[in-house]
Amino acid sequence: MSIASSSPPTSRGDGRLAAVFLAPALLGFLVFLLWPTLRGVYLSFTRFNLLTPAEWVGLDNYVRMVNDPIFWDSLQVTVAYVVINIGVQTVAALAIAVLLQRLTQSAVLRGIVLTPYLMSNVVAGIVWLWILDTQLGVGNEIVTALGADRIPFLADETWSIPTIALINVWRHVGYTALLLFAGLQAIPQHLYEAAKVDGAGEWRMFWRITLPLLRPVLAVVLIMTVIGSFQVFDTVAVTTMGGPANATNVLQYYIYGSAFGRFQFGYASAMSVALLIVLTAITVLQYRLTRAGRTDLG
Amino acid sequence: MAAVATTTVTTVRRTRRRPPLGRAVAWAVMAAIVLVTLLPFYWILRTALSTNTGLAAQPADLLPVDFTTGGFERALGLQSTEEAIAQGGSGAGLAFWRYLLNSVLVSTLITACQIFFSAMAAYAFSRLRWRGRDKVFGLFLAGLMVPTIFTLLPNFVLIKELGLVDTLLGIALPTMFMTPFAVFFLRQFFMNIPREVEEAALLDGAGKVRVFFRVLLPMASTPVLTLAVLTYITSWNDYFWPLMVSYSDSSRVLSVALAVFRAQTPQTGTDWSGLMAATLIAALPMLVLFGLFARRIVGSIGFTGIK
Repeated sequence: MSIASSSPPTSRGDGRLAAVFLAPALLGFLVFLLWPTLRGVYLSFTRFNLLTPAEWVGLDNYVRMVNDPIFWDSLQVTVAYVVINIGVQTVAALAIAVLLQRLTQSAVLRGIVLTPYLMSNVVAGIVWLWILDTQLGVGNEIVTALGADRIPFLADETWSIPTIALINVWRHVGYTALLLFAGLQAIPQHLYEAAKVDGAGEWRMFWRITLPLLRPVLAVVLIMTVIGSFQVFDTVAVTTMGGPANATNVLQYYIYGSAFGRFQFGYASAMSVALLIVLTAITVLQYRLTRAGRTDLG
Repeated sequence: MAAVATTTVTTVRRTRRRPPLGRAVAWAVMAAIVLVTLLPFYWILRTALSTNTGLAAQPADLLPVDFTTGGFERALGLQSTEEAIAQGGSGAGLAFWRYLLNSVLVSTLITACQIFFSAMAAYAFSRLRWRGRDKVFGLFLAGLMVPTIFTLLPNFVLIKELGLVDTLLGIALPTMFMTPFAVFFLRQFFMNIPREVEEAALLDGAGKVRVFFRVLLPMASTPVLTLAVLTYITSWNDYFWPLMVSYSDSSRVLSVALAVFRAQTPQTGTDWSGLMAATLIAALPMLVLFGLFARRIVGSIGFTGIK
């Protein structure tokens, strides 16, 4: 490697060295990210069952998708999940982050809040499946102790989506709170001190200082978590398997079933493209609405 | 001294302005959050150490019912089939150690390679000068916009074409070389290291390769460690992709095995004791890993990579 000689860094380019350093990552990028993305779009215009070569069918898959009631139902279920999941998670994460910031700087507490995130979705799903079991779950023991009837949390059409949404809140809220907490650290402390001198209470400071100054960070976190939320699969796969009566048949679960259950890779790809378009649209929209790129500081 | 004085004044103000009641309520909320966060972990342990018949009889007992290690024995495959069935297990064999080894191999392979290659790329994007650098980096950034889930189906087709279905390499390959996030995260960090540090080493006659390994990487040890631990946890916990790629015990990882265990319901109802024991064993390595590095990681989770 002749380039690694002792010349000052500013005198010439590092083309060859850069090529060596970049090669593995670029290979991975091209082969396992760019190519599959393009191929996913291509496959959505084909009929493909893995065994015989893909056959071009034009817009057939998309026409089928638009006329597929299960697809629309699935999209609706997914949106309901995302709304509950993100709504509850964002409020809870914000509350935890602010409590962490205003009450204590304890790293131990932050570590504790993060622990559910160390579990897999599979583990979280199974644990809550047990806790919320209609007959034997301790959750239902608490419900009956409070005087209510047993709730079939994961076995009922109305309860199952909110339950799954909340299980995932349990797993992700700590991580989200830590991201927000990091954003809170950037808010100058003297603003709070000045506000206190002016006689403002905690509640007022939250609305007047914390929330406006956290907005750019909150916006990015929101975009990230919404995108993640739309991809829900694991929890459904271990707890309800799409049931009861398709009540938790989220889009990703339907896509998986189409591809690996019915070997309709073309149709599955078309639905993936639809999800990609939805996610891109939401990202752009959220970015615009929340002015994520701009800050109120300074 | 002035700073100290100011702090005292504000503390005095704080105690006067903020009634202790508000603070007490805030602490109570925090305590409730900690409880909801941690209780499920205790419940896993309590269930794993109970017998299935005991669980049915005493569903709300806070302590293990009929204390037993049978659940763990079943999860680890230490019980005979008859014994397992008698205690409410399915009796189906579970090659637990095999899955554990598979999980360790896959996660280690992904983490080591991904972080190393991403760091190299991040160095090329932040410290080396070459034509087209910003354009190529822009392309990587665009990669951040593609949700992982979109690439899974086509990647499965590719892995199948490569003949790597049902192999550990097949599971590791797509994330082994880089993720746009890792490259972005590390580049951001390298950019913040003062150039002087590097130039001093270069003037001392060190080559750029040497500077990267001996100066920049060690300086970036905390973000690299954070990223590595998070990557390890993510690949350990991944379920969807290994579910697609692996079909048999030879490549089955713990997360998939756990879901299979859950699906093997014995005739008498779910073997909750064994299932919770298996869950605990699958989750424990990540708890330990996190415990070892928590002090260094907790502080560096934030927007270093995104903002």
